[in-house]
Amino acid sequence: MSDYQNIPPTPPRFSASFDEHTLAEIRRAAATGIYDIRGGGAKRHLPHFDDLLFLGASISRYPLEGYREKCGTNVVLGTRHAKKPIELKIPITITGMSFGSLSAQAKEALGRGASIVGTSTTTGDGGMTPEERGHSSLLVYQYLPSRYGMNPDDLRKADAIEVVVGQGAKPGGGGMLLGQKISARVAAMRVLPEGIDQRSACRHPDWTGPDDLEIKIAELREITDWEKPIYVKVGASRPYYDVALSVKAGADVVVLDGMQGGTAATQEVFIEHVGIPTLAAIRPAVQALQDLGMHRNVQLIISGGIRNGADVAKALALGADAVSIGTAALVALGDNDPVYETEYKALGTLPGAYDDWQDGRDPAGITTQDPALAARLDPILGGRRIANFLSVLTLEAQTIARACGKSHLHNLEPEDLVALTVESAAMAGVPLAGTNWIPGKPAS
Amino acid sequence: MSLRANARDFDLASGTVRELNAALHQLDPSTSHYWRVLNPKGRHSIAAGLDVDATVEIEGNVGYYCAGMNKRATVLIKGNAGVGVAENMMSGLVHVQGDASQSAGATANGGLLVIDGSASARCGISLKGADIVVKGSIGHMSAFMAQAGALVVLGDAGEALGDSIYEAKLFVRGKVQSLGADCVEKKLKDKHRKKLHALLQKAGIAGQVDIEEFRRYGSARRLYHFHVDNASAY
Repeated sequence: MSDYQNIPPTPPRFSASFDEHTLAEIRRAAATGIYDIRGGGAKRHLPHFDDLLFLGASISRYPLEGYREKCGTNVVLGTRHAKKPIELKIPITITGMSFGSLSAQAKEALGRGASIVGTSTTTGDGGMTPEERGHSSLLVYQYLPSRYGMNPDDLRKADAIEVVVGQGAKPGGGGMLLGQKISARVAAMRVLPEGIDQRSACRHPDWTGPDDLEIKIAELREITDWEKPIYVKVGASRPYYDVALSVKAGADVVVLDGMQGGTAATQEVFIEHVGIPTLAAIRPAVQALQDLGMHRNVQLIISGGIRNGADVAKALALGADAVSIGTAALVALGDNDPVYETEYKALGTLPGAYDDWQDGRDPAGITTQDPALAARLDPILGGRRIANFLSVLTLEAQTIARACGKSHLHNLEPEDLVALTVESAAMAGVPLAGTNWIPGKPAS
Repeated sequence: MSLRANARDFDLASGTVRELNAALHQLDPSTSHYWRVLNPKGRHSIAAGLDVDATVEIEGNVGYYCAGMNKRATVLIKGNAGVGVAENMMSGLVHVQGDASQSAGATANGGLLVIDGSASARCGISLKGADIVVKGSIGHMSAFMAQAGALVVLGDAGEALGDSIYEAKLFVRGKVQSLGADCVEKKLKDKHRKKLHALLQKAGIAGQVDIEEFRRYGSARRLYHFHVDNASAY
């Protein structure tokens, strides 16, 4: 006869498939009947730059002295066709984020910070504000499907033009700016009624496909007398073909945004399930440029999850000419700062997890059009913080480059890298650490 | 002597579009100008990016984006126009004497686009304040997401007219094959009759058509705030 009382209890077992987040999302969907919209990029664990390591110099490689020997950081963009290419002092730019999704103070701070260190910032889906132009020594003007705020005067004021085909958080998707962020000024810039939920188209209204894009780029060059570098920005999905077609269409620069790249407001299911990680996108993009004989002639800017100087160095070593930051810049400004813990909790979240950038109640005054909240962000102090952060990224990347014996960040190369996982080795096309094996290639 | 009599000719059989546009961009903004462009032969981006008091007569067919982002200038196309004629126009007048291809007047902010013939799909897509008068018919998805301005059509309109429209005003004299999401017929009031008359007058055809034959279409404004009950309309 068994003694039931002496059987060891089985602890409650939670499903790996139906984890806590999944269960909560099912309940939320059942209660509301609508998908979840949020800001930011993919939050799931993805193969990323953390899965790569630099080898550093030793006997077979000769390092540079950290505090005495020069390691260059400049990059020139738009050398292919533009009469006036732009030179950045550091290969780190601020990505496109609109006035509307961000407060005017945040846009000004980004411009100030970028200008202090000699790099560019970028407009967004909503046009160019005079403050942004005034505080940005180098400003890239985005040309988006919505064409909100697009006009030839601002086009000529820009230092470069970025034709946005897609972004990493939502390749193939349009945009939405919810009504609470459509203030009178935002509405006027976009020629929309105040307070409505603003939709942005996913396709450009007057061109379809790469052949049309070539003609569109030529038109933009004609309007600006062939002065401005013209970028094409794509979300990472089929990077080999998208980069090749961008080059064919006449781009001076290709901007490639991985799925960790942020968005102001997109469906959670889109952010987490469409597109590919930044790490997986770089090598096919570089391969496309190399196959066309255009590597370094058409510059490649990588974005999506760049957080520190190691990420910068790894992206450049894999063949990028520069990187862009968005989310990290917002964090540098104060986004998700624990100082606002009480207010984050009142919004039902925590510092570090806040991603409701779409609803305009950002305690840090960044992703909002509420005048009281926006006033919390001092654009001068914010600009200083952005400049500090960009300087640290640069110093960190230089530290790594010197350790690899490189006198310029662009001299970093795949040979300097190894991978910690089979997946990252295959994606980045570098050997698994401690081996000479690159998945998919015969051992050398 | 009239400006036209003193017109400067630019022959695209010997010069390039790039040279033409560069010359037009360098015209003295303080005075008026008259240019004729010969042998356009469907080339793209002719007279793009003008910002000057100039009249440019183009003697034939043009390709994509003719008079793109036009400001102040008058561009007369004596032929057919390719994709995106007068796209993102800010002000001025663009007049196509033939037919126009897709996306005519796309995203145009101001000024007047007159098309003597018909226009293909997506005429006035994302219109932001300009006025368009089409004497013939227009293709499908015209005035998609049109935000402001007016589209006047003397002929018929294709499928999904005014889909996801904001505050643009649509006037169609002929048949509308179908209306797009959130686009509805609205009453033609006196203020609309006056506006329509003014637009027809600017297009040079006031009195030639009966305003009472037009129907007005615009936004039902049901999609202005995202709501799950409207999901099937998006």
